[in-house]
Amino acid sequence: MLMVDRMTPRQQIFALVMSVALLVFVVEMVRRRRLREEYSWLWILVAMAILVLSAWFGLLKWLTNLIGAVTPVSTFFVFGILFLVVVNVYFSIKVSTLTTQVKNLAQRLAIMSCYLQELREGHSGHPADPANPCQQRRAEYRNAGRSTGSAGPQVAASGPEGGSPDQGKAKD
Amino acid sequence: VRRGELLVIIPAYNEEANVATVIRGVQQHLPLADVMVINDGSRDRTARVAAQAGAEVVSLPFNMGYGTALQTGYKYAKENGYRFLAQVDADGQHDPVYILDMLALLEGNQADIVVGSRFLVDSGYRAPFAKRVGMLLFGSVASWVTGQKVTDPTSGYQALNRKAFCYCAEDVYPSDFADADVVIMFHRAGFRVREVPVRMYPSANKQSRYLNMYSFVTPFYYIFKMSLAVFVCLLRERGGAEEDVDG
Repeated sequence: MLMVDRMTPRQQIFALVMSVALLVFVVEMVRRRRLREEYSWLWILVAMAILVLSAWFGLLKWLTNLIGAVTPVSTFFVFGILFLVVVNVYFSIKVSTLTTQVKNLAQRLAIMSCYLQELREGHSGHPADPANPCQQRRAEYRNAGRSTGSAGPQVAASGPEGGSPDQGKAKD
Repeated sequence: VRRGELLVIIPAYNEEANVATVIRGVQQHLPLADVMVINDGSRDRTARVAAQAGAEVVSLPFNMGYGTALQTGYKYAKENGYRFLAQVDADGQHDPVYILDMLALLEGNQADIVVGSRFLVDSGYRAPFAKRVGMLLFGSVASWVTGQKVTDPTSGYQALNRKAFCYCAEDVYPSDFADADVVIMFHRAGFRVREVPVRMYPSANKQSRYLNMYSFVTPFYYIFKMSLAVFVCLLRERGGAEEDVDG
């Protein structure tokens, strides 16, 4: 059986160059605010891992032995593919959250536009359009809310709608 | 029903040819209902036609799908204090006269959600093959899960009371693909679901209900998606219908 004691210098140099390049690129993107810190840590982690593993062959050998791979290069591949899978699942989760938020924003925007149009017409001197029962309804509902002292229509105060548990930690 | 108690929502996508007829049908049978068209990013004159026919129009900024359009209506109804909500498709498939039957059950507090079913009596409706398979499959699943006969799980012709549509205005509502899983979700949340017989017409618009899910490839996706939705729905915790929704 083929037993590998060390990487060839070519392999080692290539891996080092790639990891340093990735590291520099990611940090530069963060510096230029093209990439949010939120997403950069993953890539920095990977670049660091490649860097450490290509410089410290003992660790790579131990890892290869641990997962039962034959050559250290296949260890790289296994973890590379594993990483891509994890990243994709992570992004799918992110996209799902964003989709919900976009949906809620679009719905809110649509309803608000409707209210806004009515407000504008109200300011330009038109009373609530008698041919528009929904406008009449909103006017009545508002008035009823005022007279009974209740909140009336919860136009803007209907609470956070993002649906994401980590909504509060927006970083910008 | 008194004025200002019932909102009829009509989600519409590129339905300039049919939406006015549907609106007039609702106005004719339910003169006291408020009619709202949710224009789901149509590229034709749906919004203008609907406004001219006397409906309030809420326009989503881009096409987001049937469930999202419906939920926009639920949110609006929640904010404006309606007691009942009925949903009718814009393609002329649903005859608005049956809203009266549905409302009777809601007003008598015999149900929280009333679904218009094509199959309680023979209404002469013949669905395309793929749709029949889907309805049979998920009808059986929904009947088994809910312990009551669900004859028409894919029907979009429904009426909801305030408790039910307020529940649907939240993120629990599967707005990306609202269909048979909604019936199961309602049941699991503790709502009372009833069916009433309705007659449906073949859609006047070929790409009816803009779901387009029963075309060539999508039945497979539909069955997969719906199986997953139903399965996940069963894994979730029960309850939710008891929440206080006054506001």
